[in-house]
Amino acid sequence: MIRDITLGQYYPIDSVIHRLDPRVKLVSTLIFVISLFMFKNFSGYIAATLFLFGIIKLSKVPFRYMVKGLKAVLILLMITVVFNLFLTPGKPIFEFWIVTITDEGLKTAGFMAIRLTYLIIGSSIMTLTTTPNNLTDGLEDLMRPLSKVRVPVHEIAMMMSIALRFIPILLEETDKIMKAQIARGADFESGNIVQKAKSLVPLLVPLFVSAFRRANDLAMAMEARCYRGGEGRTKMKPLIYQANDYRAYALNAAYLIAVIVIQRL
Amino acid sequence: MGIIEAAKLAFEYIRRDEDGNVESIVRALDGIDLDVKKGDFIAILGHNGSGKSTLAKHMNGILFPTEGTLLVDGKDTADERNIWDIRQTAGMVFQNPDNQIIGTMVEEDVGFGPENIGVPTEEIWKRVDAALKSVDMVKYRKHSPNKLSGGQKQRVAIAGVVAMRPKCIILDEPTAMLDPIGRREVIETVKELNEKEGVTVILITHYMEEVISSDKVYVMDGGRIVMQGTPKEIFSKVDELKKYRLDVPQVTLLAHELQLEGIDLPDGILTIDELVGELC
Repeated sequence: MIRDITLGQYYPIDSVIHRLDPRVKLVSTLIFVISLFMFKNFSGYIAATLFLFGIIKLSKVPFRYMVKGLKAVLILLMITVVFNLFLTPGKPIFEFWIVTITDEGLKTAGFMAIRLTYLIIGSSIMTLTTTPNNLTDGLEDLMRPLSKVRVPVHEIAMMMSIALRFIPILLEETDKIMKAQIARGADFESGNIVQKAKSLVPLLVPLFVSAFRRANDLAMAMEARCYRGGEGRTKMKPLIYQANDYRAYALNAAYLIAVIVIQRL
Repeated sequence: MGIIEAAKLAFEYIRRDEDGNVESIVRALDGIDLDVKKGDFIAILGHNGSGKSTLAKHMNGILFPTEGTLLVDGKDTADERNIWDIRQTAGMVFQNPDNQIIGTMVEEDVGFGPENIGVPTEEIWKRVDAALKSVDMVKYRKHSPNKLSGGQKQRVAIAGVVAMRPKCIILDEPTAMLDPIGRREVIETVKELNEKEGVTVILITHYMEEVISSDKVYVMDGGRIVMQGTPKEIFSKVDELKKYRLDVPQVTLLAHELQLEGIDLPDGILTIDELVGELC
């Protein structure tokens, strides 16, 4: 059920992209997403398509794996397209009853569809090729300047990695509680939405109680192992840029320049 | 001088109502005197609620004594400036293996402690390698802790403590949630650490079988130490142990019953081999 979500799950394989520094991947994703929203004509999309497919090829992650992730947002995608298609004012090219499709509408809808699809594929390449831990490390490092303005960067990163560690444990626990409640006659399957939501109460209450208990235990275990926040902490796996990472940055810069130039043409 | 010394140690849990008024006071520890020598394997036995876990939490500076003193490697746990030294000297392994593993990969979890105390990166790797080797978990280093068995998880937790190079390891019912195979794995690992690396071990448990090979056993009841001695001395007093709601190992019990039936056997038989030797 919840286990089947593929969107953004790490795909363990060895590739150039997998070996890149997480910071590079975060920055590149950001650049790619920004570039998507800069385009106003088709030539820009050709550049983005080439770039995206180049990266997909390099990452060695099967293409269908990424498309699978798209399924989760298909409805959102359709809604956006439909709204843009029918509600953009402009020169009508098709009229039927109250439905009007305009030239501009068709164009924006098409762009929007491509933008969203690329956005999702682009960001899922990042999560597919980076372990969650690596990702939090990268985020922590990139956000470090924010700690100057009192943003608890280390704490946020630590919370993220602990959350990631406990997701499978809590899933298992949910499963266990569910079975225990079913054994005692609870019904999670039948009824309308309201009844189904109500039947989740005997599932959620014990789950929350146990999550708090776990949190308490974990905090004690962390303190017992001398955890006292980010200060004075060393890293077992520090992030160090390799030659390939600089190349990736250069490639990003080249891509950004190319996009800007194409827009000007 | 011992590595852990307690003198008239007492601790009270104070339960308060919503307005902060004291509702009741539970004296969880009462007049504990303890002297643990370096390199010893100490077992602390006791029924649920006997105060043994509370005592363990004192040794790691998680709880502070209400009365009396507790010295860990000569440092007073009541002094907050000592707290990190004490936690580094006396590592602690808890009961639930899932709730004490922080890393998403075995080796990262083992490295968590050294990271916290500011060990340089290369040294962390050396320590992690050594710690994993000492608990025989090297081939699982890249695994996710979620995919390990209970015994393996607990060994990872021990490695996490070992990597901090403590002089003393306190295990608070490390086997309570494990199956018999996992239990044996953990106890053997702990024994080996004690024998080969000379780490002082304080094992808190209510499984009698785990106590047999220890150097000294303390029995706790109602927050007090009620019996102490070598396993042989303790287990020869079968009736007294029963009073504290503790079971003796099956072999010892059998020997005790045979004694009562008039068969001539010495007190405190701990292993099957011993009993066979005496009978045949």
